[in-house]
Amino acid sequence: MTILVLGLVLGGTYALLALGLTIQYGIARIMNLAYGEMTLAAAFVLVFLFNQLGLPPLLSILFVAPAGYVTGWLLYTVMMRPLVARSGGGGKLELDSILATFGLLFVVQGLLLLFFGSNFTSISYLDRGVSVFGVTVALNRLIAFAVCIVAGGGLALALTRTRWGLIMRAVALTPGSAPLVGIDVTRVARQAFALGTALAAIGGTSVAMYQTFSATDGVVFTMKALVIVIMGGVGNVPGALAAGFALGLIETFVATVIDPGLTLAATFAIFLIVLLWRPEGLFGRRA
Amino acid sequence: MIALGVALVGLVALAALPFYLSDYGLGLMIGMAGYVTLASAWALFSGQTRYISLATVAFYGVGAYTIAVLNETMAYPAALACAGLIGAGLALLVGLSTLRLSGIYFVIFTFGLAELVRQVITWFEVNVTGTLGRYIFLDITAREIYWQLLALGAFTIALTAWIMRRRLGLALRVIGDDETVAAHSGIDLARTKLTAFVLSATIITLAGAISSPRWTYVEPLIVFNPNVSFLTVIMALLGGANRLWGPLFGAVPLFLLFEWLSVQFPDTYPVILGLLFIGVVFLLPDGILGGLARLTGRNGKAAR
Amino acid sequence: MSTLLAIDGATKVFGGLKAVNQVSFSISEGETVGLLGPNGSGKTTLINLISGALAPSAGRFGIGGRDMTGRRADVIARAGVARTFQLVRILPSLTLEENVLVPAIFGRKRHWGEAAQALARGALERVGLAESAGRQAAELTYLDQKRLELARALAAEPDILLMDEWLAGLNPTELQEAIRLVRSLSGSGMTILMVEHIMEAVRALCPRSLVMNAGALIADGPTADVLADSRVIAAYLGDAEHA
Repeated sequence: MTILVLGLVLGGTYALLALGLTIQYGIARIMNLAYGEMTLAAAFVLVFLFNQLGLPPLLSILFVAPAGYVTGWLLYTVMMRPLVARSGGGGKLELDSILATFGLLFVVQGLLLLFFGSNFTSISYLDRGVSVFGVTVALNRLIAFAVCIVAGGGLALALTRTRWGLIMRAVALTPGSAPLVGIDVTRVARQAFALGTALAAIGGTSVAMYQTFSATDGVVFTMKALVIVIMGGVGNVPGALAAGFALGLIETFVATVIDPGLTLAATFAIFLIVLLWRPEGLFGRRA
Repeated sequence: MIALGVALVGLVALAALPFYLSDYGLGLMIGMAGYVTLASAWALFSGQTRYISLATVAFYGVGAYTIAVLNETMAYPAALACAGLIGAGLALLVGLSTLRLSGIYFVIFTFGLAELVRQVITWFEVNVTGTLGRYIFLDITAREIYWQLLALGAFTIALTAWIMRRRLGLALRVIGDDETVAAHSGIDLARTKLTAFVLSATIITLAGAISSPRWTYVEPLIVFNPNVSFLTVIMALLGGANRLWGPLFGAVPLFLLFEWLSVQFPDTYPVILGLLFIGVVFLLPDGILGGLARLTGRNGKAAR
Repeated sequence: MSTLLAIDGATKVFGGLKAVNQVSFSISEGETVGLLGPNGSGKTTLINLISGALAPSAGRFGIGGRDMTGRRADVIARAGVARTFQLVRILPSLTLEENVLVPAIFGRKRHWGEAAQALARGALERVGLAESAGRQAAELTYLDQKRLELARALAAEPDILLMDEWLAGLNPTELQEAIRLVRSLSGSGMTILMVEHIMEAVRALCPRSLVMNAGALIADGPTADVLADSRVIAAYLGDAEHA
């Protein structure tokens, strides 16, 4: 039961992170290897605001999320758009975006190290226990979970139920023919990338509320989000959400029953199984 | 033939260099030989096929760590052979599980591989052997390390040159251009990619093993430094990853630049590295040599 | 004449869609056969199944008497099947000669050195590109890219050549030239299966035609008879009562 509750809470954060990444890759076609660094940047900003200005974490989300959106918007306009234009819609974009964001990873990580140092960081925020189904869970985890559910669920609904979501999904499916029905693909891609960055930022705030992290953890977050995206099927929003919760549960199980040092190994093991068994994703259709 | 002669004379000159250098100079040459080897070995697979491997340090670190574990129980050459075998085995595992699929899975797998290996080794050392951190006491001088790396680097470039003239080299280039055409022309995709990847990864592992005595004290955080993967990729890209001498031309200037930067700007150094990397991706998509070839090609056409 | 290509019950399902449904036919050595049908009827999918680009959901594929069901594309290529692509695919960073060398070197006979080069030069000559053998393939015009693609298929010395709308997008003069080229290939004894929309070319080149509609094979016979078949007309124009 403890594993179930804690796993779902962790899974909420993972699902949100994967959602942002799957939007960036599925719609904007950018494979963003600096994704985890963006998550961490948001986490550090939240800690900074909390420690220095005493700003409550829930309030700072209202600031961090739009900041993430603007950052993503700028990054896409300045960095990604020229690559998209250069590739002419071919497979070269994937290669270029991997390399460019790999460089970006080191820039952001370097900046984080510069400003916040290499120590492990955490805050003590609402660190008192609450009983959920007989399991004592720290209140901060529950709040982080609620944030993820609201942000992730809201976005999933928007994508499936609104006209805006329809446009987004159209670009994800056939970027080539979307302009034929009057969709501005560049604008949609920029929105998607910005939105993905905003989700990374919100995910980062939820990480900051209950986890200990350091400036060099970005790779791990990116890797977990990537594996969830592949488990769920690239561009598949419900798949990413379900896979996120699944990974949260599995990881909590491994950490509790076997050893906390093996959680990344567990992620890779799942990745391997998915690759060998169903590379199109657990929830995808077989081609 | 002339090119081969020049290369051989250059190699002899480089081999004689330690007799005229200070310890500091020799240290620089060791680093440079190491990175020329890494970048050339990386390009042997990734440069030709455009399957970007981000796992250089996973193999490099495995090589170094193998020596750290085995140096007290085994003769050095035997330990070196073990390191090579372990690297080849790991590459085979990664390749078999990802290289049959689209390139993106390979990139993702290699992206997290170094961190995975580091965490697993750390876990194993803490929980099973109870010794995190090991010492390397080998009777190997800096000069000997330099000569070994120089030999490995020369071997890598010679191997690349040989492969480029063989069926394997053409097959790798075709795969880099269009895998579908490659398959329909009769090229066995998985075997071709696997062969080149295992060769490349084994050389990288050996480079790590040979460099390891320089550290004396080794622990996972030291040998699995992600900067190694990063530098290798940017060096190969800068020089031109699909050209024989490209990685060398990228590695030499960048290594010297990084040495200088890390002394002058110890804090902002990673940021500068990242920006440099992005700059290379944007401005020199074919590397220095490719850019030069394009320039001269254009001039040649204009003259006609 | 012996049977070169034997297909029995070929089926390919994408999700819930049967793109190719229970298609059976065989082609004898030296035949030139047209594969017709409206857009989306499954012609390219069938070509992809024969050449091994896609694995079939069901059915058996025999090439030259050997069972090739579910084999990889490179294995099928080495068994003597060469193809061109609906959207032309060249190797842009290689020269023309290198493009054509690839199947000569990796194809069934695995030539090397002089033999491979002679074969490549011959193939380039045949399509009229021998002059520019040293140029980069990326510099070619669309028509020349198509020629290069055909030369590449020829250099594989195939038993059977699969052409996926190779004649599409040519102007009338180019079309006549291209038809002559294909005729010279069939004249030299090569077996050809060609997906084609240009009826003029089909009538000129293919004594026999297959017609697909909605994934199924609806006609197989002499081209003139097939084109007069009421079901074929209905497939192209819609059912008679709706027309």
